[in-house]
Amino acid sequence: MNSTSPETLSVVVEREVAFPPEKVWRALTQPHLIEEWLMKNDFKPVVSHRFQLRADWGTLGCEVVAVEPNRTLSYTWVGLGLESIVTWTLTPTSKGTHLRMEQTGFRQDQRQAYQGARHGWPRFLANLEQVLGRIA
Amino acid sequence: MIFRTLADPTRRAIFEQLCRDGEQTVGALTARAGVSQPAVSKHLGILKEAGLVRDRHQGRRTHYSARPGALAPLLDWTGRMAGYWERRFDDLEDLLRRMDQ
Repeated sequence: MNSTSPETLSVVVEREVAFPPEKVWRALTQPHLIEEWLMKNDFKPVVSHRFQLRADWGTLGCEVVAVEPNRTLSYTWVGLGLESIVTWTLTPTSKGTHLRMEQTGFRQDQRQAYQGARHGWPRFLANLEQVLGRIA
Repeated sequence: MIFRTLADPTRRAIFEQLCRDGEQTVGALTARAGVSQPAVSKHLGILKEAGLVRDRHQGRRTHYSARPGALAPLLDWTGRMAGYWERRFDDLEDLLRRMDQ
């Protein structure tokens, strides 16, 4: 489920849901619906659209990278020192939709982007531990 | 400790090289690190202190190798992050059940 190398952190979560891709897509892309399962937001399913995800513990700055209605959606997920990309993939099945989420960060080819990581990375991880502890 | 140690790009590069290419001497690491041998030795000392590398003395030479097991906290990080997303999936599924067709 998870893989890691010194340069990459990657998390994959997959699930089959008993609903058609069109319906799942709405939940992933309509702001009032996103708010119900993820965070408050000003999302639009438009490539290059910048938006924020807001929780009581902080704000994530995001930008839409790819939109293919009912099939795939990806956006950057930046905040608290972490730079990563979240990609959703929807595949129709006989029972509904196979939904896959992959979050990947710290890629080798993005090393330049992590010049700030010297300070940001440890701080982010410390913050994240707290946040995840609270969520858990 | 591990995060602070690997936050330095030069140290990260040295550690990555050891993970990728196996045991090496300071000389071999210096040839590719782009910094002086004393600097590489200092970085290796910090990596060793963090438990990320171990050294083996053979004659006058010291060989260094990676201890990837020390990265367990990173694996734990991805485990926790996966847990976060699993709960988001739960909420998403709950929402899908409540939504109009």
